[in-house]
Amino acid sequence: MSVNLVKGVVKPILAGFGITARRLKHKKVTVMYPEQIREQYPRTRWRHFLTRYDSGLERCIGCSLCAGACPARCIYVEAKENTDTERYSPGERYAVRYEINMIRCIFCGYCQEACPTGAIVLRKNFELADYKREDFIYTKERLLEEYPGQSDEPFKGHYATEPAPVFQG
Amino acid sequence: MEQECPLGSEWATEGIRIFEKRLCRDRIRQSYLEIIRFEFGRIREEIMPKRVETVVLHDSSTPVLGDVQKGGSVVLTTVDTLLSQARANALWPLTFGLACCAIEMMATVASRFDLARFGSEAFRATPRQADVMIIAGRLSKKMAPVLRQIYDQMPEPKWVISMGACASSGGVYNNYAIVQGADQVVPVDVYVPGCPPSPDALIYAVLKLQEKIKKNKAGTWKELRLVEGLTGPRTQEEVKA
Repeated sequence: MSVNLVKGVVKPILAGFGITARRLKHKKVTVMYPEQIREQYPRTRWRHFLTRYDSGLERCIGCSLCAGACPARCIYVEAKENTDTERYSPGERYAVRYEINMIRCIFCGYCQEACPTGAIVLRKNFELADYKREDFIYTKERLLEEYPGQSDEPFKGHYATEPAPVFQG
Repeated sequence: MEQECPLGSEWATEGIRIFEKRLCRDRIRQSYLEIIRFEFGRIREEIMPKRVETVVLHDSSTPVLGDVQKGGSVVLTTVDTLLSQARANALWPLTFGLACCAIEMMATVASRFDLARFGSEAFRATPRQADVMIIAGRLSKKMAPVLRQIYDQMPEPKWVISMGACASSGGVYNNYAIVQGADQVVPVDVYVPGCPPSPDALIYAVLKLQEKIKKNKAGTWKELRLVEGLTGPRTQEEVKA
């Protein structure tokens, strides 16, 4: 009886706690998200940004290739001719309206690939959730905002207080 | 209460008296809520100082008190602060994975992201015990009535997170089979873009929802959302407001 008790009850319990004890040595895997942001992969694609040349002119020439490449049909571009007095981009035309329906976008990055001037880029800002449907139509003004930090830098969140931890795999 | 009785017997008079008493009691019971509503409305409108809803910032960056939209009640705001803190920090989601977004929703609960840090780890399999419905995935037109029924079965207060492009707007599936936005079926509180949203993005949406709940200031009993039978379900306009 006593042999059975040791063999059948005590030993398995000790074995079970042994697993727990061994796990205690392991590194913690949880990323404390709102304070820390996990290191994002180099080609992470999130929020769109329209970029400018160093001279301040917009890169977008209003060619609508991004809208044509978009599988979700979420981009709307309306082009207009540049004039000498009103010049927005170096080419003939510029986008007078450039809208992305962020709620329909699937962040595939085809617009980025299709763009001949590298105007539209997808950066790592993933904190896009919002309350109202109307707020997801990103107009040209919003898209022309500067990405906070370097372009390859991981996004620093709204709640972030600590630096991003080293990616643990 | 003396009354002529057609039977003329005493026991019938007594019976009528009891009946009228009961009738009176029922009437009181019926008008009970109306009295409370009236009294609180009077207090709100006449006695209590009115809470200012909007502060308009002018060019001189001096806050100027805006129009008074709605009255406030000291009792209600205190209760509501307590309630919204409790509600926001224990949002139990409903297990409602419709498609691939559900995989990311599961990853959110797993140890790397750990939604339990925000009190939302208890995914409930029954709508009766859930607070927030995370619509994770494309909502087909066949599924829409089921979704609505499950939403109706959830007790007040309840919230909805529309997760991913398909649930929020239809995404790439602009076709005959998919509902173009879950807000055509249920009122949605927070939309999450992405295909699918990463677990971080979903956690951010949960945080946004918590912020919304904590910001809620009840001016009326209906906004307190204690019992659905008393208030009725929320309309889309109320969710957006």
